[in-house]
Amino acid sequence: MSDFGAALDIFTQETEELLAQMEDGLLVLEDDAHNVESINNVFRAMHTIKGTSGLFGLDEVVAFSHEVESVLDKIRHGECVIEAKLISILLNCKDHTASLIKYCLSHESEELTETLRAIGIALITQLTSLSGSDLPTSLVNSEAELESASVFSIESHQVIDDNWFITLKFRQNALRNGIDPLSFINYLGQCGQIREIQTLTPDLPPSLEFDPETCYLEFNIIFHSALEKQEIADIFEFAEDDCDIRIIPPNSKIEQYLNLLKEQEPDSHGDIEKLGEMLVNIGALTHNEVTNALRQQDFICHQESMIPKPLGEILVELQFAEQPVVAQALLKQQGVRDKTVAESNYIRVDSAKLGQIINLVGELVISGAAMRLLVERYGLSDVEEVAVGMNELVSEIRDTALKLRMVAIGETFSRFRRIVRDVGNELDKQIELVITGGETELDKTVVEKINDPLTHLIRNALDHGIERPAQRVAADKPAQGTVHLNAYHDSGHIVIQVADDGAGLNSDKILAKALAQGLVSADQELSRQEIFNLIFEAGLSTKEQANNLSGRGVGMDVVRRNIELLRGTVNLDSIEGRGTTVTIRLPLTLAIIDGFMVETEGERYIIPLSMIEECVELNAEEWQIDSIHHYINLRGEVLPYLRLGDYFHDRSRHCQSNGHRESLVVVKFGQAKVGLVVDQLHGEHQTVIKPLGQVFEQLQGISGATVLGNGEVALILDVQALIQYAVKPKGTNGHTLAH
Amino acid sequence: MTINVIETDGFLNVAVVGEMTIYNVSEQKNKLIDFLSSAIELQVDLSAVTEIDSAGLQLLLWLKQEASNLKLVNHSQAVVNVFQLLNLAMYFGDPIVLSSHWKTS
Repeated sequence: MSDFGAALDIFTQETEELLAQMEDGLLVLEDDAHNVESINNVFRAMHTIKGTSGLFGLDEVVAFSHEVESVLDKIRHGECVIEAKLISILLNCKDHTASLIKYCLSHESEELTETLRAIGIALITQLTSLSGSDLPTSLVNSEAELESASVFSIESHQVIDDNWFITLKFRQNALRNGIDPLSFINYLGQCGQIREIQTLTPDLPPSLEFDPETCYLEFNIIFHSALEKQEIADIFEFAEDDCDIRIIPPNSKIEQYLNLLKEQEPDSHGDIEKLGEMLVNIGALTHNEVTNALRQQDFICHQESMIPKPLGEILVELQFAEQPVVAQALLKQQGVRDKTVAESNYIRVDSAKLGQIINLVGELVISGAAMRLLVERYGLSDVEEVAVGMNELVSEIRDTALKLRMVAIGETFSRFRRIVRDVGNELDKQIELVITGGETELDKTVVEKINDPLTHLIRNALDHGIERPAQRVAADKPAQGTVHLNAYHDSGHIVIQVADDGAGLNSDKILAKALAQGLVSADQELSRQEIFNLIFEAGLSTKEQANNLSGRGVGMDVVRRNIELLRGTVNLDSIEGRGTTVTIRLPLTLAIIDGFMVETEGERYIIPLSMIEECVELNAEEWQIDSIHHYINLRGEVLPYLRLGDYFHDRSRHCQSNGHRESLVVVKFGQAKVGLVVDQLHGEHQTVIKPLGQVFEQLQGISGATVLGNGEVALILDVQALIQYAVKPKGTNGHTLAH
Repeated sequence: MTINVIETDGFLNVAVVGEMTIYNVSEQKNKLIDFLSSAIELQVDLSAVTEIDSAGLQLLLWLKQEASNLKLVNHSQAVVNVFQLLNLAMYFGDPIVLSSHWKTS
């Protein structure tokens, strides 16, 4: 098509002019419906566009403009009355033609996007139903008796403004799983008006391969309803697992979303809303779609590259949301962000004072709990109301007080730019530092302590990870290496990732080194993850030559020790030749947490609420308890479990299920899940973490203690340690009890 | 579920009696597949179809794809409802005779 360069320029210019003419003509018609000249102008414009588009092989444009042209032809011959509704649709058609041409010119020989196609179909349906002509249908094409067919044609002749476009692709097992697509469509019909429906069976196999119990059905539905996107999605809720559902909003909806976005005020706290939240709030996305997109993002992040793709791109790619809406939302987000930055005024405060406030709030939380206890004991219903209100305020004060100490990690991150630049020059490597998630906040004290380990990890990435430009080019990678610093919040923790796209690590080499240095024995079976984590053992380095930057095998063990001091973990993953990612997980704060109180054998324990997945009743028959290996069957999932009573108390005192009902608290840390068996659940509890004395520092499974309202002490469980204990195969490491 | 067959000079008249649902489509398909090859023109009488679901509909779509000359006749109310819901009457292209107690919707 490049030969046509000059001609194409003329074409674009010409169509632009023609479309402008058409618009003018339509606007004149709005005032004077009988202006013959304008009708002719509009018709000619469409006709010419159709003709010239055909010349350049823009078939999609031809197809669409043909439909519009035939309606205009009718108007011209007086077969169809022009009125306001029709004009506004024609104006939309004009816009659509413009975007079609633009798309076709920039994406040579490519299929239209579904959005464009859907808009086209929707417009044509509106147009034809208004003008009273027959529907062009791609599926239906037979010499049917019109008499009977007309009974079934769309109930037209009504004013149609704007329609949803829904595509349903049922999966093969839908019918077998008891899903009847017809019943959903039936129900959809009751919730609104199905303007047009296409039944498609593109995968219907020939004769013998056809399995009548497999579902091959797909539907395209043009649907008119006042429902919101989420409500439409809810109609298909039960089919979700067996059906790919796309719901494309009508044009007016998109406009509405854009307006809502514009009007939406940032909330009073000046918090920056997440993109997903924003779009759900205005109704442009359903919760499910956000979850799916996030999962997809996670998947891409794990599978393809270490660098996560922006959520907005994924949403548009999956057609969950429309490009202009996402763009507007991002713009809005950026605006809020800029504003918050611009408006920030700082007061310098002695951090000791902050510490004091947080301590006081901690005490306040405890007294609040004590008061609630008393109120409950004496059944003072009128006081209870006040107490509940006060408790809410206290928890808000607690959150705000903790936020006082929160700082964005971005500042720490950007300090590394200099290091990357300098080290890059020194080593003759071209390295780019990419920073994402800089706005993620965490406790100031944690930030200070994370600086050194991060510096170390980055130096490692620069020195060991990224290869020299020549090597990189030879390995088919861009000469410039990338180090990616990323941070995000995940279940009460902050996750910091240092990723490079360098040489990666060879797990065999590490294992060999570790064997040679006696860190592991030859008969130990280690998972890939465990092998990589050997890097954090003291004295292990795979770099043959040490230099002044890194490579002496000291450091990684220090990194781990520093992070563990902050009650965090560090993990390393690597693909040889592709790069290395180090993931650090840290608790957000060190002072107060939302806890969940449980009781077993008369002792109360606190589990950090953020780590709890769910609580279920432990029923011996239902869960197929394997009491030797400590596994249960949680809805088909193998879940290791741990009896808190067994772990913390003498076994001999424990008598097997003495009549009472036990509960299972499922806790999660990172990817690992474990069930903790307890006697009683007491519910949520604001927990002020009090450190245990030095005597108890060696305790496994306990991370601190708290004072309850009645003055008793409850131990805070170190879920991470318990999980590690529970997932380890039993028998090998005996029963290291914490007495 | 039964399928009644009347054959005249290669013209087959097949009447489906009872349900066309996920529970019996397999059986129906196995019976119908024999007629596909043997008949010049296949006429399927749907007057005794009491219930039809997505699987049954899919079976009809498959017949339409496979049979060179398929005619659906005497659509029962159940079939008409589904055809109307999905706007499929034109696709099958058979005249549908409306029964006297046709309810306008």
